[in-house]
Amino acid sequence: MAKVLMKGNEAIAEAAIRAGCEAYFGYPITPQSEVLEYMSARMPELGRAFVQAESELGAVNMVYGAACTGARVMTTTSSPGFSLMQEGLSYIACSEVPAVAVNVMRGGPGLGNIQPSQADYFQMTKGGGHGDYSPIVLAPSTVQEAVDLVILAFDLADKYRQPVYIIADGMLGQMMEPVELPELKPPQRPERPWALTGAKGRPRNIITSLQLDPPTLEKVNLRLQETYKRIRENEQRYEEYMTDDADLLVVAYGTAARIVKTAIVKARRDGLTAGLFRPITVNPYPYDALRRAAEKAKRLLVVELSAGQMLEDVRLAVMDKRPIHFFGKMGGVVPMPEDVVDAMKKAMAEA
Amino acid sequence: MPRIVIDVERCKGCGLCTQVCPKGDLVQMSDEFNSKGYRPSKFVDPEKKCIGCAFCANMCPDVAITVYR
Amino acid sequence: MSEAKEEKIVFQRPKALCDVVTHYCPGCLHGVVHRVIAEVIDDLGIQEITVGIAPVGCSVLAYNYIATDFAEAAHGRAPAMATGMKRVHPELVVFTYQGDGDLAAIGTNELIHAATRGENITTIFINNAIYGMTGGQMAPTTLPGQVTTSTPRGRDTKLAGFPVRVCELVSTLEGSAYIVRRSAYNPSEIRKLKAAIKTAFQVQMAGLGYSLVEVVSNCPTNWGMTPLESLKWLQENMLAYYPLGDYKVKDSVKELMAKK
Repeated sequence: MAKVLMKGNEAIAEAAIRAGCEAYFGYPITPQSEVLEYMSARMPELGRAFVQAESELGAVNMVYGAACTGARVMTTTSSPGFSLMQEGLSYIACSEVPAVAVNVMRGGPGLGNIQPSQADYFQMTKGGGHGDYSPIVLAPSTVQEAVDLVILAFDLADKYRQPVYIIADGMLGQMMEPVELPELKPPQRPERPWALTGAKGRPRNIITSLQLDPPTLEKVNLRLQETYKRIRENEQRYEEYMTDDADLLVVAYGTAARIVKTAIVKARRDGLTAGLFRPITVNPYPYDALRRAAEKAKRLLVVELSAGQMLEDVRLAVMDKRPIHFFGKMGGVVPMPEDVVDAMKKAMAEA
Repeated sequence: MPRIVIDVERCKGCGLCTQVCPKGDLVQMSDEFNSKGYRPSKFVDPEKKCIGCAFCANMCPDVAITVYR
Repeated sequence: MSEAKEEKIVFQRPKALCDVVTHYCPGCLHGVVHRVIAEVIDDLGIQEITVGIAPVGCSVLAYNYIATDFAEAAHGRAPAMATGMKRVHPELVVFTYQGDGDLAAIGTNELIHAATRGENITTIFINNAIYGMTGGQMAPTTLPGQVTTSTPRGRDTKLAGFPVRVCELVSTLEGSAYIVRRSAYNPSEIRKLKAAIKTAFQVQMAGLGYSLVEVVSNCPTNWGMTPLESLKWLQENMLAYYPLGDYKVKDSVKELMAKK
């Protein structure tokens, strides 16, 4: 199939459609509103469900409802909206129904601004809502990868019956790149014996996250933890870029990783041999792979559009085996590759 | 002959059924206790006045009354 | 004993009501409303295509009693959840069962917008003017002067504002098709309640828009009364503020009812 030039947000929307998303519920918020707008045109023309909800709370609970019927369903939002969705996402995780949520992150905290940011990392990867749950979080760094990961997100949500998040940011949502999309097919409804579709010819189904009896709720939690263990064992994804000979291993994801790639090429011209370790699943985090990559390097530099959130996962992976430096920008400020090169040189100079 | 059967183990003794009988007091609170400690209602109809209207059963929040006619 | 042979059961547990003991307090009308919903489901023959959504509150376990597919919503979000279900499965009959705290406080936004969008879903709304499960605090529907555990001197409207009249509010919305208030304090009202719930489900099945049946109900435990006293209090106090009646019956609904 030929490549088409698409804006990140629109590519995310079309990717969901190609993945067989049957229902989309959302609420306008910059910088992801184009997803909602795109879906408002495309979903009805394909005979699929679209509702512009009254709030992100409304949207996520519509997602919960549709997910309970076994439909492939997605919502998209940006940081303040993602905060509002935590309620529903916690219920979705406990109820073990599949759903996809995209957060096109913007500067925070509070209302913040509408510029790119990665400051929702803790919220997204560590649960975000109440209770012990651990969503799968996929971190694209190009528009093509956003397409691929949205499609993967639906498959993983189905496979593990858990919410799957796409951690994107305003840069990725707003930029245009050529993408290749899979063919458009009618949505598949595989056998989902747990779904609420009317108790015809089978015992009735109940989907609830309420378990008043502690041992029963413990059992639910143990099952969830078993699911997360399987996810950790099977779904870790990452990219290594020029790491074989790297003295400095830079760790970054998403938009930050794009900038780092450019910075690495520049730094190498200046004689600084750097490489990139880019987690694609930021949850489950590829701790072991990062540890192995770190052992080949002399020191590490973590680059984020935040105060240093993924930094904690890098520390968990590498412990004190290598010095770990950090370079971050906050509030929607996006560093130039030169800024990153400076940070890389500084990290190596501190040796 | 119309009659009702009260499942005394289901009854929580709320008494809502005792106030709606058009024939007076065919449904009364019992002096006995059920296994949960509730005083269930009882059907008292020596003169066979019950018409099987099911008013008592309609009021019962615990669906403890079955009506025969 | 030919007479005994002809004896028929004229009232028994409906098929769509699970054969279990409920957790409700003695005299709580939740049990009556559950049974009436189950009777309607049986009458319409829709047990296999109905999905219920339980709220947070005393009726959080409604899914243990009404024998259809069921989901349990977050507090107040049942109408949003119902929207999600109904939009992907328009062939289902989807109803929410919600109390006053769930529907008229935390879930007001979801309620209003589901109604104004004209979602083809049905809400059964239990108004007993108090938060039951959490221990008898003020509800959005608590009457002025009514004593609760969070209005110990009675609801002071200067501090706590006024009770919400849900039917009056929702009936102003264009998407609402059938909005009525009923009660269940005597057999006659229960009969009217059943007719209303039946109509509401039929409105949904005919795709005429949003339907809501409010039930003015009781809470003997948290009102601090015997069950019989609570029914008296309901009639003497609640009905004045929450008059029973039809608040919105769209012409399309009237036509439907004329046909049935």
